[in-house]
Amino acid sequence: IHSLTMDLWIPPNGQEGVMSLLRPLLLDVVPTIQQTAALALGRLANYNDDLAEAVVKGDILPQLVYSLAEQNRFYKKAAAFVLRAVGKHSPQLAQAIVDCGALDTLVICLEDFDPGVKEAAVWALGYIARHNAELSQAVVDAGAVPLLVLCIQEPEIALKRIAASVLSDISKHSPELAQTVVDAGAIAYLAQMILNPDSKLKRQVLSALSQVAKHSVDLAEMVVEAEIFPVVLTCLKDKDEYMKKNASTLIREIAKHTPELSQLIVNAGGVAAVIDCIGSCKGNIRLPGIMMLGYVAAHSENLAMAVIISKGVPQLSVCLSEEPEDHIKAAAAWALGQIGRHTPEHARAVAVTNTLPVLLSLYMSAESSEDLQIKSKKAIKNILQKCTYLPALEPFLYDAPPNILKHVVGQFSKVLPHDSKARRLFVTSGGLKKVQEIKAEPGSVLQEYINSINNCYPEEIVRYYSPGYSDTLLQRVDSYQPLIN
Amino acid sequence: MATLARLQARRLAVGHQYYFRNSVVDAFREKENAAAVKIQSWFRGCQIRAYLRHLSRSAEIIQKWWRSYLGRTHYQLIVKVAYYTMKMNLYNAMAVRIQRRWRGYKVRKYLFNYFYFKEYLRAVSETNGAIREALEEFAEMKEREEKKANLEREEKKKDYQARKMHYLLSTKQIPGVYNSPFRKEPDPWELRLQKAKPLTHRRPKVKQENCTDPANWLACTSARSFPQSEILPPINRKQCQGPFRDITDVLEQRYKPLESTLWVAEPINELKLAREELRRKEWVRNINDNTFLPFASYNKNKKYIPSIHTSSKYSPDSYGKQHFRAENPRKWICDKDFQTVLPSFDLFCKYGKLYSKAGQIV
Repeated sequence: IHSLTMDLWIPPNGQEGVMSLLRPLLLDVVPTIQQTAALALGRLANYNDDLAEAVVKGDILPQLVYSLAEQNRFYKKAAAFVLRAVGKHSPQLAQAIVDCGALDTLVICLEDFDPGVKEAAVWALGYIARHNAELSQAVVDAGAVPLLVLCIQEPEIALKRIAASVLSDISKHSPELAQTVVDAGAIAYLAQMILNPDSKLKRQVLSALSQVAKHSVDLAEMVVEAEIFPVVLTCLKDKDEYMKKNASTLIREIAKHTPELSQLIVNAGGVAAVIDCIGSCKGNIRLPGIMMLGYVAAHSENLAMAVIISKGVPQLSVCLSEEPEDHIKAAAAWALGQIGRHTPEHARAVAVTNTLPVLLSLYMSAESSEDLQIKSKKAIKNILQKCTYLPALEPFLYDAPPNILKHVVGQFSKVLPHDSKARRLFVTSGGLKKVQEIKAEPGSVLQEYINSINNCYPEEIVRYYSPGYSDTLLQRVDSYQPLIN
Repeated sequence: MATLARLQARRLAVGHQYYFRNSVVDAFREKENAAAVKIQSWFRGCQIRAYLRHLSRSAEIIQKWWRSYLGRTHYQLIVKVAYYTMKMNLYNAMAVRIQRRWRGYKVRKYLFNYFYFKEYLRAVSETNGAIREALEEFAEMKEREEKKANLEREEKKKDYQARKMHYLLSTKQIPGVYNSPFRKEPDPWELRLQKAKPLTHRRPKVKQENCTDPANWLACTSARSFPQSEILPPINRKQCQGPFRDITDVLEQRYKPLESTLWVAEPINELKLAREELRRKEWVRNINDNTFLPFASYNKNKKYIPSIHTSSKYSPDSYGKQHFRAENPRKWICDKDFQTVLPSFDLFCKYGKLYSKAGQIV
């Protein structure tokens, strides 16, 4: 029997025979054989989807569940391992486990003294609850949540880790489930565990808190009341990439609900920490941080200004240009749009960093995905409608498509009548020339803008820069009768 | 009657006369009539014209007065309205001034207080700076700790290796591998080898029984053991107000080490342990472990004749002297029998612990 388990490192063929071999061994008199048989079943089910289905079809589960209640701790561990291995592959298999009444026995195992048994039971529950909301609801209905909260308080680190990850999996599906987790008093313990030095535990705890906070304002407020700031900011500085990601996810979920929560985060210095975190990592890890900045800036112009003075805009433009993936670029474009759309000051802050040409090129390039194009277009529109920083607008005159050109020319027409220096600069930099070359339908909005720009200048200059002026002059030369004295 | 006849004769003539006279006058009468009519009509016409003239004049007067009245009221209305408009314009202008001032104040103070906002942004950037520094420090501290842990691990590994390779140490005669004579100074490994203690084989750990010796009771318990050293008084603590005892006394009493009774102090199986002890001591002295057998072959063929005291069936029964209960080993739950315990003297338990001083040597 022992050799059987040892050989199972190599995946066997002919699964059906194995099931029928192992099943009677589960009912053997000798307890060691039972345990080893259970362990073998677990390893088989763990390896492959079909084998797990074979375990379910072979009617082994009721037997396991029945003996789970009675046997010693080694058997319990092995049986919980089997349940976990079967439940992890797909929701149907997990449903099969729930149907044979395993949840109640697993919950009873949670009250066992041995931490190994508790860990195995918690793990099995976690894999079942992971798939969808109904299964999580079934796990919660079996009364697992208060026991999970007790498990979190246990001294063993592995048990804490797995209990935190299960709470995270349960609360991610719906607000009611998250509320159940919160009602069991989990938040206080989870918040305490952020101070624990173990990094994998902190990962799971941060993920659990972010899944709870994401559903509604009340839940987010409850998470904040557990005094996680500013301790969470230290997690942003950790070496572990996933911990940074989970911490920025948590801050994002809190910031997105209301301006007051974002204000709280800004006051605690969270924005600076997130910006540093974005600067220190690459790829997908950055994404929650970028989205958090976007959410904070979206709420109000004061918060957007706070993001600007924390030096967020250069960082975001760096992200926009360096990241290879489209969805991260789209997020950065959206965030920049949210920052720049409020007032001319904000738009200027975005425009000085030379991000507008980058956004334009992303919008125009055929390789960008749909999402990226839409987001960059919206960002450009929003920023341009408030932008009065003319040096940044001028490049747009040259290579922008007509729908954006309209906005650019509109902005020029708003600014130029009032500023004489800007008018001079406009002429000397060749902008006036370019404007004359734009072909617009008479009566369209673009034509009105062009007219208002032309009205800012004396007639001669407009004529001088209109296309074909040299030709008209030469024609005049041709038709001129010299004065013959 | 005569008159009547006369009249009747005359009737016709009267009629003719009447007619004749009328017809003569008639022509004149018509003229006169026409003239009279004319005059009358003319006069009536004048009369009526005068009357009409009078009427129109009075109508004119009435209309004149009425129109002037209307005009005046209209004019008054216009004046009123103009005055009213003028007043309202003034009020509006004044209200605009007030509203302008108020709105400017409100926006500047409550909605968008520029200076407050500036302050806020400055405070935010300061907090950001502080947080950034704190996080830098934290990261640095973590790095330092990690480096330290790494260094320690390295040290341990090297130490272990040095201990394993201790035989490569150089002796006076033969310089070791790390101490080549062509080098200026020995390799650092040489120094490490000098310091290293050679590894010994791991001895199998003897499992210690749980010693129930109460004299070592304090040493056996782990985290929850009472402090064994002398109790130090707390430093600089203000005396609490109230009838409290001295803290040193209280702590002394609370953490008094256990003075167990003789009953507990003596182990239950003391006799057995003493026997074991004796046996061990003798075993050390023995050269040969086999039990001493009396010259076995000498009495081989002789049958053993037991003494009368032990052979008769009326011999003294061991019950009452050796064993005291009816025993049925098959019914025992575990394999061992009860252990006999000798009660200790009660007298010695109370030695020195009674409050009275009776019997004590002064």
